[in-house]
Amino acid sequence: MLTVNRYKCGYCGACVGVCPTGALELVETWIEVNDDCTRCGRCTSICPLGALELIREAKA
Amino acid sequence: MRCDLVVVGAGPAGSMTAKAAAEAGLKVVMLEKRQEIGDPVRCAEGVSKAPLKKLVDPDPAWISAEVKGARIRAPDGTEIVISEDRAGAEVGYVLERKVFDRALAQKAAEAGAEVMVKTRALRLLWEGGVPAGVYAQFVGEKFKIEAPLVIGADGVESKVGRWAGIDTALKPEDIETCAQFLVQDEKVDEDYCEFCLGNQIAPGGYVWSFPKGRGIANVGIGVLGSKADPGMPMRLLREFVKERFPDGKVLEVVVGGVPVSGPIERTVADGIILVGDAARQSDPITGGGIINAMNAGMMAGEIAADLVPKGEMDSGSLQIYEKRWRETIGKHISRNFAVKEFFVDLTDDDLNHLIHSLDGIDVAEMNLRGLLKVLVRQNPKHLLKLRHLLG
Repeated sequence: MLTVNRYKCGYCGACVGVCPTGALELVETWIEVNDDCTRCGRCTSICPLGALELIREAKA
Repeated sequence: MRCDLVVVGAGPAGSMTAKAAAEAGLKVVMLEKRQEIGDPVRCAEGVSKAPLKKLVDPDPAWISAEVKGARIRAPDGTEIVISEDRAGAEVGYVLERKVFDRALAQKAAEAGAEVMVKTRALRLLWEGGVPAGVYAQFVGEKFKIEAPLVIGADGVESKVGRWAGIDTALKPEDIETCAQFLVQDEKVDEDYCEFCLGNQIAPGGYVWSFPKGRGIANVGIGVLGSKADPGMPMRLLREFVKERFPDGKVLEVVVGGVPVSGPIERTVADGIILVGDAARQSDPITGGGIINAMNAGMMAGEIAADLVPKGEMDSGSLQIYEKRWRETIGKHISRNFAVKEFFVDLTDDDLNHLIHSLDGIDVAEMNLRGLLKVLVRQNPKHLLKLRHLLG
């Protein structure tokens, strides 16, 4: 899943601008991720602060 | 509530739209999702003098510094210096965006526009298959704003276009990812804007230093998204500042993404117009977006004032906006996009070679276009591809 480290995030919205599915939203001082996220990872390398990370989900 | 025009976003694009439309008699509501207009800043704050003066009377309250010129530095340290008059065509004032943005919003308000801060547009309101306003939220409370035309001035993270089916998603090669420090240091150049090129210091972008007043400057970096890894702008900026201003103090941190896609396929849909960064109208070479955004906003506001009373808000009628901005600011944006596409893949050797080729040539009075023309003349083989772009 895509995680946003709120302690790193500078709430600039660059990640929102590159998201191909419109899954991200900049609200006040944080980024919200909705179910449309395909975990493509495009946003992770765009973040100027490296606040976004794709974490492999543990299989149940 | 009901109005003639909803403007989403109160940056320079939104405020100019709202001001122009309200002055022409429309009932305008402008929404800003943040509590404070203009803050946090996501900008290097440089703006060209003459075009700004055409749009608004400069007020000392929102000008941090006036520059004498620009220095462009090659990867090997070779520098060229361009004097104020001409460099001013690219960067002449360094603004205080927090003050500037609010002053523009105030002008919109004075013209009669309603301004609602801390109010976020959640989605479009649809009626009979066409947009008919927005759902908005203010301090947790949701409400409808009905309007026949919605202007998306919602910046790099724009949603208005996407809601209306316009694909504004930026590809990694179409965005500069940026970080900036407001640096206090006696070594800061208070008179010149500086642009440092090099694949080591700023892959596919540049490092800048824009004076902001006595002993302070916006020192920032833009890295092309396709050449970036997570957190790269911040990492490279810290390295640059540590080396260049070892005793420098950082008074502010700014981050942001700048569209460098060139003109996108469409910026209108039924009942929708996009302006400024939301329409990806920033300059692909310099990254500057304020002037284009203000011009586009003014066009959109005037066109809205003309079409809304006639009930002509379909995408066909709104083509007049597409045509107007593409024939004016769009030409410059297209050309600079092509030039940028060429420059981002140059090696450091190429960049050094280009700057060296200007040795002995007086470039002091040249603007960016003039400079590029001389570069083509001096490097005909190298820059063959560029020649046709410059005319």
